[in-house]
Amino acid sequence: MSDNPIECPVCAGSVQIEEGAVLGEVVPCPDCGSELEVLELAPVTIGVAPDVEEDWGE
Amino acid sequence: MSPRIAFVASRVRVEEKLLLAAFEARGADLVRVDDGDLCLSLAGDAEDAFPACDLVFNRSIAFGRTLYTLRSLEARGVPCLNSADVVATCGDKALTSLALERAGLPSPRTRLAFTPEAGLAAIEELGYPAVIKPVIGSWGRLVARVNDRDAAEAVLEDRAVLGSWQQQVLYVQEHVDKPGRDLRAFVVGGETIAAIWRYSEHWITNTARGARAENCPLASGVGPLVADLASRAALAVSGGPAAARGAAILAVDLVESGDGELLVLEVNHSMEFRNSIETTGVDIPARVVEHVLTAAAAGLELAR
Repeated sequence: MSDNPIECPVCAGSVQIEEGAVLGEVVPCPDCGSELEVLELAPVTIGVAPDVEEDWGE
Repeated sequence: MSPRIAFVASRVRVEEKLLLAAFEARGADLVRVDDGDLCLSLAGDAEDAFPACDLVFNRSIAFGRTLYTLRSLEARGVPCLNSADVVATCGDKALTSLALERAGLPSPRTRLAFTPEAGLAAIEELGYPAVIKPVIGSWGRLVARVNDRDAAEAVLEDRAVLGSWQQQVLYVQEHVDKPGRDLRAFVVGGETIAAIWRYSEHWITNTARGARAENCPLASGVGPLVADLASRAALAVSGGPAAARGAAILAVDLVESGDGELLVLEVNHSMEFRNSIETTGVDIPARVVEHVLTAAAAGLELAR
């Protein structure tokens, strides 16, 4: 996994993706609180996670 | 040779990470499938890229995607946990209530109506306060307790004007005056493996909404009753072929009524359990994975 922080696509803050992250994992931005999603692992790419939809849940 | 499991998910929550780690710890042959990438042929598996597998373990967060994915895969003979029938029933509160009633299990008095006028009549028949819930949805979203006619009329008008057609199916339930807590029981393959009390100052006692979890020991106090009722509720929503009945992985929500009777509120087909592992001391993801691998290896005829 990348040792370098990734730039948050919302606020341009630094997001650290930890060792063991998996595709699709949701990571909050420590600066702006946006929910980000791991899109690629090599190299690590993140995007804004989809908003909760009406039929989401348990 | 170990069975091959297709793990279908969309958003990877803490639960999915724990389950993936548990599969890895078992050395399972696992292939991940993102439901957002799916392009399913309805004519069968020769025409699309869904991976060959012995069993599909579905952890999608979206009810609609889950249901159509499982229907498509079962139609081509792929066993699925949970089955499409289980998901269809658990994902719709009205169908869950019908299944619980059919099994003779205790649950709050409930009415269905389709217009604001009929909804108001249903609420007034049940008495205030009453609860209006969407038939589709989770995490306590859009669940409204109405204490009087003014509130009821406002919520019903909102549902009629702003909601999707599902929001206009009015699922109206008596309000259960619970003692600041309710219960969640985890059922795997028909066996209740753990349960928690959920405490909250708010009338919605959902850990996704901040409720505090405490262990409910299954061997003492109300535990044996909880375990029995949860297992029966899980079986009640488990349709499909005989081999699939009782195979489901479910979370059953229960509540104590004013006179201490346990009632079944709902059954969840894609359970969240992150707050319940340390609380109960039960390794829930490991138990789930063990069950999935056993079911796949046994080649249960879970599909139609």
